[in-house]
Amino acid sequence: MISFSVNRQRVNLDVDPSTPLLWVLRENLGLTGTKYGCGMAQCGACTVHLDGEAIRSCVAPVSRAAGKEVTTIEGLSPDLSHPLQRAWLAEDVPQCGYCQSGQLMSAAVLLREKPRPSDEDIDQAMTGNICRCGTYPRIRKAIHRAAAMMPAGGAK
Amino acid sequence: MSTLQMERRAFLKISVAASGGLLIGLYLPGASKRAAAQERSASAFMPNAFLRIGTDERVTVIVNHSEMGQGVYTALPMLLAEELDADWSKIGYESAPVDAKYNHPIFGMQITGGSSSVYSGFEQYRNAGAAARAMLIAAAAVQWNADPASLRTESGTVLDGTNRKLSYGQLAEAAAKMTPPAKVTLKDAKAFKLIGTPAKRLDTPEKINGKAVFGIDVKNAGMLTAVVARAPVFGAKVKSFDDSHARNMPGVRKIVPVPSGVAVVADSFWQAKMAREAVRIDWDEGEMHAFSTTEMMQQFREQAKSPGTSVRRDGDPDGALAKAVQKIEAVYEVPYLSHLMMEPLNCAVDLREDSCEIWTGTQFQTVDRAAAAKAAGLPNEKVQIHTTFLGGGFGRRATPQSDFVVEAVHVAKAAGVPVKVVWTREDDMQGGWYRPAFLHSIVGGVDASGNPVSWKSRLVGQSIMAGTPFEAMMKGKEYDPASVEGVDDLPYEIPNLAVESHQAKVGVPVQWWRSVGHSHTGFATECFIDELAALAHKDPYRFRRSLLTKHPRHLAVLDLAAQKAGWGKPLPKGRARGIAVHFAFGSYNAQVAEVSVTDGKVRVHRIVSAVDCGHYVNPGIISAQLEGGAIFGASAALYQELTFENGRLHQTNFHTFPVMRMNECPEIETHIVESNEKSGGIGEPGVPCTAPAIANAVFAATGKRIRKLPIRMTEAV
Repeated sequence: MISFSVNRQRVNLDVDPSTPLLWVLRENLGLTGTKYGCGMAQCGACTVHLDGEAIRSCVAPVSRAAGKEVTTIEGLSPDLSHPLQRAWLAEDVPQCGYCQSGQLMSAAVLLREKPRPSDEDIDQAMTGNICRCGTYPRIRKAIHRAAAMMPAGGAK
Repeated sequence: MSTLQMERRAFLKISVAASGGLLIGLYLPGASKRAAAQERSASAFMPNAFLRIGTDERVTVIVNHSEMGQGVYTALPMLLAEELDADWSKIGYESAPVDAKYNHPIFGMQITGGSSSVYSGFEQYRNAGAAARAMLIAAAAVQWNADPASLRTESGTVLDGTNRKLSYGQLAEAAAKMTPPAKVTLKDAKAFKLIGTPAKRLDTPEKINGKAVFGIDVKNAGMLTAVVARAPVFGAKVKSFDDSHARNMPGVRKIVPVPSGVAVVADSFWQAKMAREAVRIDWDEGEMHAFSTTEMMQQFREQAKSPGTSVRRDGDPDGALAKAVQKIEAVYEVPYLSHLMMEPLNCAVDLREDSCEIWTGTQFQTVDRAAAAKAAGLPNEKVQIHTTFLGGGFGRRATPQSDFVVEAVHVAKAAGVPVKVVWTREDDMQGGWYRPAFLHSIVGGVDASGNPVSWKSRLVGQSIMAGTPFEAMMKGKEYDPASVEGVDDLPYEIPNLAVESHQAKVGVPVQWWRSVGHSHTGFATECFIDELAALAHKDPYRFRRSLLTKHPRHLAVLDLAAQKAGWGKPLPKGRARGIAVHFAFGSYNAQVAEVSVTDGKVRVHRIVSAVDCGHYVNPGIISAQLEGGAIFGASAALYQELTFENGRLHQTNFHTFPVMRMNECPEIETHIVESNEKSGGIGEPGVPCTAPAIANAVFAATGKRIRKLPIRMTEAV
């Protein structure tokens, strides 16, 4: 039995501890907002927060989450109110949308750590997230926009 | 009975089936069954197959094209909402079921492709909105005992001259009893309020909170997950397999042979994948066991030395070449490419004795349904396809053979349970249906004044259409129009021109890949015209201009891109610009790329892309497609190739088949020509110019020509 918290809810699961967290989230917990793209930490579509850090859930065994707090895209905000979600709407970022959960979860950690990120900071934080539709220019603009919306002191 | 009435009757039947719980989940991806049922019960007015209006004011537009990022769930509702005078904030969307009434008006089947969704739906969706509006007005006229001609509509309401108003929701039930109009008058373009504006995409909210349902997210009660061990070499067949270890692994329910390999069916994806690794398969590798792309390209080079099937011949290309003052010959080569959608292929199937339900992200509903019906042994009408969101398409999800759909039906049939077949990234990349590799051998010459007098293009590559049900589109020709598009209509004023095609026979499955033939013809022709300009000692932008005097729309985008990019103006040391212009899918695009080359590495700093796609619907979506198109083109130009040796593909995942990332992404500027010309496409036209603009900029920076993609400075000449 593995216990951890997902989006502030406690879960107890009887799963093979070597199963990647991604598949536990998607298949055992029905949280399909986190996506499978590569299975080898190459594309970032599976990015979630583990105790506030961005991790690639496709290569993280679920055992790594034991006793910790996992946040997925479903937990970013209950109502699209996170500054990044508001900025994503304003910049009309997504195209197919498949990579966007991962993009947002990576960007959320960036903004927490660097409330006023430079372009270089964005490059560094976001280069692990591939978007095949090519929404990068809009993601960059949206991150800057979200940063401008945030109160001094950064995101929660 | 009018067509509209008949359609309405048919549509009501579908709705009844849906409220019985059969189709729920498809109609409102992401919503609960309960919400879907509520939505449906509020839908009082269904004037035709393309919309419903509820008493709750919601207007639901039924979209007959697949949303794969290109924005059809916004652009097509805009067309309908414009004529309906709807309140845009009340508009929703829903994917259409498979039905002839949702056929593509030009292609005659349900398909999303050819960058044609918006222009092909331009009247279809406006007519649907206008017909509904007329019925709403008629209902208000009855209620007010007024002349319908005295009423007007605005933002979801009908108004009369005395400020009386009724909302569409209030009128919905009464409007449903009105006779659909025999004929509608569409608005004059000058009266458009919504068309032409950068309305925000309707699907953004569910794509940023994890709620959007893609095929891979489909999960129905009792549905298991399958992965398939497929042939390591194209055409290989299973001789025998040993599943004795895999059978007893956790979660494994069935291991069954299917035509494409061996399917492992388990409770979860991970269990299925683990068990697949434990299945031992002995393959009969067949004819492709020794296939090598290095050898294939060598054969292409040999083939290019002999004349091919004539596609176009103007004047006397050989005679003119003999008299040319200067000549140049170049061979351009491009590799096989994967579409590499972010969402790997998948397909869910619930096969019953007398029905087959399919959930998948497809671009090809009509063809997939027929293929699935055949595999299931059922008549077409017993098969329903629920089109989910597509996590990218780029042409891969429109396979004439319906490979991923047919396979899933076979798995469901062999396993005897509802299954979702999920492809790993490696499965997807190695599964074929690539952009074909191509070779263009071009020779050209200029006269004493530097004017081109002859151009001879000879192409070698596989046909996409040959051997498929679409071979009829070749109209008996010995060449595939999809191979030569973009060179057979070379716009430059060159009096003597020859285009010849060699159709290579190779056992690698190939397919349309965003911009199809233009993806390589744009590269070869726009690099070669640049080489001719250099031969003539002329500026590549002005050289092109001088040869396009009869093509004002080419000229306009070329000028716009050059002007916005600051063509001719100084750049920081080490940087240089390259230019390209190309017509594809009804639209004209020109791009200027700004690059630098350091230690053999090409860096693209900026791309300016200008388009004339005729009369346009949503400039915000157009810009997004141009941005994405340039990045798609740059990824192919800089990084991507698929190579085979001993029949096996070298590339497996993003580390060996890279995609441009944030840190490499150039600044991209887009410009749209104001135009009242016939609308063209936008999903694909922004791709072809990127590779040649970058390659030409590399020449400007280094004096070296790029004749092979992806760009490697060690191979530049």
